[in-house]
Amino acid sequence: MINKIADGGSPGDQPAVRARGLRVTRGRREVLRGLDFTVPVGSVTGLLGPSGCGKTTLMRAIVGAQSRVTGTLEVLGEPAGSAALRPRLGYVTQAPSVYADLTVRGNLDYFAAVLGLPRAERAPEVERVLDEVDLTSHATALTRDLSGGQRSRVSLAAALLGTPELLVLDEPTVGLDPVLRNALWQLFHRLAEERGTTLLISSHVMDEADRCERLVLMREGRVLADGTPEALRRRSGADSVEGAFLALVAADSDNERGSAAGPADPDDAREPRR
Amino acid sequence: MSLARTLATARRVLAQLRQDPRTIALLLLVPVLLLVLLRYVFDADPDSFDFIGSSLLGIFPMITMFLVTSIATLRERTSGTLERLLVMPLGKGDLIVGYALAFSLFAVLQAALATGIALWLLDLDVAGSPWLLLLVALLNALLGTALGLFVSAFASSEFQAVQFLPALIFPQLLLCGLFAPRETMQPVLEYASNVLPMSYSVDGMNEVLRETEVTGDYVRDAVVVSGVAVAVLALGAATLRRRTN
Repeated sequence: MINKIADGGSPGDQPAVRARGLRVTRGRREVLRGLDFTVPVGSVTGLLGPSGCGKTTLMRAIVGAQSRVTGTLEVLGEPAGSAALRPRLGYVTQAPSVYADLTVRGNLDYFAAVLGLPRAERAPEVERVLDEVDLTSHATALTRDLSGGQRSRVSLAAALLGTPELLVLDEPTVGLDPVLRNALWQLFHRLAEERGTTLLISSHVMDEADRCERLVLMREGRVLADGTPEALRRRSGADSVEGAFLALVAADSDNERGSAAGPADPDDAREPRR
Repeated sequence: MSLARTLATARRVLAQLRQDPRTIALLLLVPVLLLVLLRYVFDADPDSFDFIGSSLLGIFPMITMFLVTSIATLRERTSGTLERLLVMPLGKGDLIVGYALAFSLFAVLQAALATGIALWLLDLDVAGSPWLLLLVALLNALLGTALGLFVSAFASSEFQAVQFLPALIFPQLLLCGLFAPRETMQPVLEYASNVLPMSYSVDGMNEVLRETEVTGDYVRDAVVVSGVAVAVLALGAATLRRRTN
């Protein structure tokens, strides 16, 4: 069941992402089980939930990399995965997807060419994104010689090329030190404010929730709640998003248990009995 | 398809290869050293060296490009770069032709070096033009690239990818006429050899070995090898899925 807390944007505004009854099956398992949510244009929206709840599958569906998607999923006004969307999106996978045997600049040069940027614009664009992720001093280093955090910033820089309208970032701050994490969050907000970029950022770390304007809380392939961090806290009476999430999970489990006398759903049977 | 993206992909693949000088050295030197070895194995039998040596000039590029391509595309698949590229505005043809271009360029170097040394230092004796040998070698490299690209879709690890070499290449090697004339094989095997592309590459090399002019058979052989290469490249493109599970 879905607890709608606050709706995104005023009616008539085209949301950056709109999902209605979104379902994804992998093998025989339904990984996303009927999602409804919107991501307003120009927002920094956090996608939060425990590991394995379907965050990555949802992000892959939004960028058009996931097969067996049913229901409605519109991205920037077009059906997710349509060819017209490809130059308008930036996607960063959880593991850095860059070429280890190219230099940092070599990677970015290639991805800029793939985006179709005219040759003359490529070099200044590459320098701009290098500066944005603070890797200018490592531009000529081979990517395989970089630290894990630096490699994930190369991956992020590649997604920033060409100023995409929607950035889908899968756990971009995982494993980074606090100073760098802070700098990246500042960059994310700057992108939203200065360029009107919409950012959808997943995390399983709840303390990053307060850095987002809006949150989508997920659990076991469903959206538990979506809205502003303040609204989520107010609604559950908790003083942190983590507390709000735990309260929502408890209420959700009660609902599931109350709705059926026995384990009607195989997923219920797997839950520990308390 | 876009020319700029295809060329950028080819340049990128070559730049990656440049970071690996040991692989480059192995790719260029191993065929030459094997030919030298073969030359002295057949020290007393130069006719056999001419026959097997010229055939191998076509087979080496196919094997090495098969290995290099299957591992390189498998890496693209497992490192996530393929997923990134396929959600970007890159055509599947841009990627595949980019790979084929880069590796073909490399195969030209490899084949030119091996052919040059075989003809002028090892006294490999062919009646026809060395350019015709080079052309077949290049088409074979293209075929190896195509096969490598195709099988990488069915391999989930580098161990598996390497095992496709004996599975796909060795039967062709046994049936291509190098070990026994194809028409003397058990009839089922002879039919099988008639549909395997390596048979045509060996036939083509033998045409150059024996004939001074471009023969109809040579043209047929070259067309068959390139046709199979293009068909397998298209199959390889079909294994690149933008949406995966």
